[in-house]
Amino acid sequence: MNLLDGLGDTILISVSSVVLGTILGVFVGLAMTYGQRWLRFIVRLYIDFLRGTPVFVLILACFYILSVVGVDLTAFQAGVLALTLFCSSHVGEIVRGALSAIAVGQTEAAKSIGLTFMQTFVYVLLPQALRQILPTWVNTATEIVKASTLLSIIGVVELLLATQQVIARTYLSLEFYLFAGFVYFLLNFVIEQAGRAVERRISIP
Amino acid sequence: MNYDFNFDVIWRNWELLAQGLGLGLFLAIVSIAIGCLIGLLAAFGMLSRHKILRWIAGGYVSAIRNTPILVLILFCYFALPQLGIALDKISSFIFTLSIYAGAYLAEVFRSGLVALPKGLREAGLAIGLTEFKIKTYIIIPVMFRNVLPSLSNNFISLFKDTSLAAAIAVPDLTFYARKINVESFRVIETWMVASMIYVVACYVIAWLLRRLEQRLAVPR
Repeated sequence: MNLLDGLGDTILISVSSVVLGTILGVFVGLAMTYGQRWLRFIVRLYIDFLRGTPVFVLILACFYILSVVGVDLTAFQAGVLALTLFCSSHVGEIVRGALSAIAVGQTEAAKSIGLTFMQTFVYVLLPQALRQILPTWVNTATEIVKASTLLSIIGVVELLLATQQVIARTYLSLEFYLFAGFVYFLLNFVIEQAGRAVERRISIP
Repeated sequence: MNYDFNFDVIWRNWELLAQGLGLGLFLAIVSIAIGCLIGLLAAFGMLSRHKILRWIAGGYVSAIRNTPILVLILFCYFALPQLGIALDKISSFIFTLSIYAGAYLAEVFRSGLVALPKGLREAGLAIGLTEFKIKTYIIIPVMFRNVLPSLSNNFISLFKDTSLAAAIAVPDLTFYARKINVESFRVIETWMVASMIYVVACYVIAWLLRRLEQRLAVPR
């Protein structure tokens, strides 16, 4: 089953990019919030550059540039790298926003009872920030699923390219494009609903 | 890494890149304009009293927002001709991006409309305006000003989406960048310059929209 393999790759690409991008993005967000001035400046450039460039251009750039500078990545890996960078810039921005929205008094209170920075972050700030982060983060995840289609252009056989291959054999473009669109819709719909369910669970009554 | 930078080929092809950027901006502006109209209709549809209208508008918005734009682009360009709707590359792309933009902008407009105080409509009714006039003279202008910040974000991301036009060989900036890349093998330079152009264009758009926001802001 060609399409099923493609769907598997789409899911693999999305999950790995979102996971890696989120980990990187948390550091980006932390650097933006607590970093020294020069660090904040560099991270700001990083975020603005990645957010200002279309994902498609990022993917093409990663794919073409890395092979020239001697980093041998497959198209799949280059694509995941591009999506990871893209995801990290968005998550970084979300994390920064959420952390800066928490009242300063919280940090001061934590300090006054003698918590270390790490403890303050893990026990005081993070739980509150997560609640803020979740809706936007789910949104980013669906963006990544959608952006994973762009890997078809550099030859990764994910769902869209698998679909195109089927179309090339059967000439049933209308049916199969509709089908692919529907599968993507379903994927994102499930992610959205799951996000809503978690949001309801963790919301403060 | 021994890579010698050589930007010559980029400067030689400067005109192509500028043309590509111009086309991208054109595509974005036309699609956003049409998308705003679709978005307004869909937003009013989602808030309508009629169940069917709500259902249609809501279905459109969530279907389009959850489908990758590349699938939509390919669908409109390769599959629609089977239904007898054959458009050339550029019109097909504008068609797709408008519909895509409509769904995103509808969501923005909807939240703007919901946030408006009821008194606006009531005041309109009190001075004897019709529902249509209330919408065009009061509701839409006020709502538009309120949602301008989130509108700007959407405009920028729609402009970035024009890069996908290259997927159906519309000669935009990304298309020319790929062409220069393949022809000259100045890989790093090409992509550096191409993404810098996008970044700068995004900055400029953001700046212009912020200026607009300031101009339209209600003096307090």
